[in-house]
Amino acid sequence: MSDRSDIMANMAQGMSQGSPHAREMGFELVSMDGRAAIMKAPYKDIMVGDPDTGVIAGGVVTTLLDHCCGSAVHLAMTEFKIIATLDLRIDYMRAATPHKPIFARAECYKVTRSVAFVRAVAYDETPDDPVAAAQAAFMLDSSAARPSGGKGRPTGEAR
Amino acid sequence: MSAADDRLQAMLQRIPYARFLGVRAELAGDEMTMILPFGEHIIGNPVLPAIHGGVLGAFMEMTALAQLSIKDGGERQPRVIDVSVEYLRSGRPLTTYARADIKKVGRRIANVHVEAWQEQRAQPIAALRAHFLITSG
Repeated sequence: MSDRSDIMANMAQGMSQGSPHAREMGFELVSMDGRAAIMKAPYKDIMVGDPDTGVIAGGVVTTLLDHCCGSAVHLAMTEFKIIATLDLRIDYMRAATPHKPIFARAECYKVTRSVAFVRAVAYDETPDDPVAAAQAAFMLDSSAARPSGGKGRPTGEAR
Repeated sequence: MSAADDRLQAMLQRIPYARFLGVRAELAGDEMTMILPFGEHIIGNPVLPAIHGGVLGAFMEMTALAQLSIKDGGERQPRVIDVSVEYLRSGRPLTTYARADIKKVGRRIANVHVEAWQEQRAQPIAALRAHFLITSG
């Protein structure tokens, strides 16, 4: 691994530890393989969407996929840029098995100057039997278009 | 409080994930507004700071489910088939609101659109389109 990809890997790792929500959910980057990131979410009671079955809420899967896709973008870029999700499409194939951790594997398969494209799956046993599949697009350097001054604070206009 | 409102509040209270996010709902007739108060625990990017995009997706998905249960009287349990989320503006550290618009409820499939906003309804921060499978019992 080159120094540069080390830095990107640190960034991707930092994204899960630096994000308060990801910390609350216990998201953990478990491996990085080229442009793919694999993230794990432990089963937690706060994630439950159906109290009768103990199945986690679809929204938790959404968040894990979004987060993992973002990490994959950071891995795939050659320099650090602030990124923002443009869109995220998710197909839910089946309920996640209760009381088991859930994983996401995201691969950033194309990076252009302004946009990165990612696909991902969420699974509990194997990626071949997915709980959900996602396709996402990210805007790169999303703060670049903001007016200067105020150190790139969000203006509430374009992301 | 109407029966629909009682049912809605009871449903949200029963879901651990909804309680964790801190989601509330207000019902005016059949028009429901979901409310997501801002809190540290929903921050995705601490530098900006911005609400986690996944949380906004989850919040809008919950809005769609709640609106479907109001329409249906909670008789059927909708299950999400797919969602498509568009992110329009950064989710700032403010209260977020969402409303769902049920486009169609068929025998098996429901199609729902949701929009989320913060200070101005006309400037949505995110939108969601979803399909749900509706099964009896």
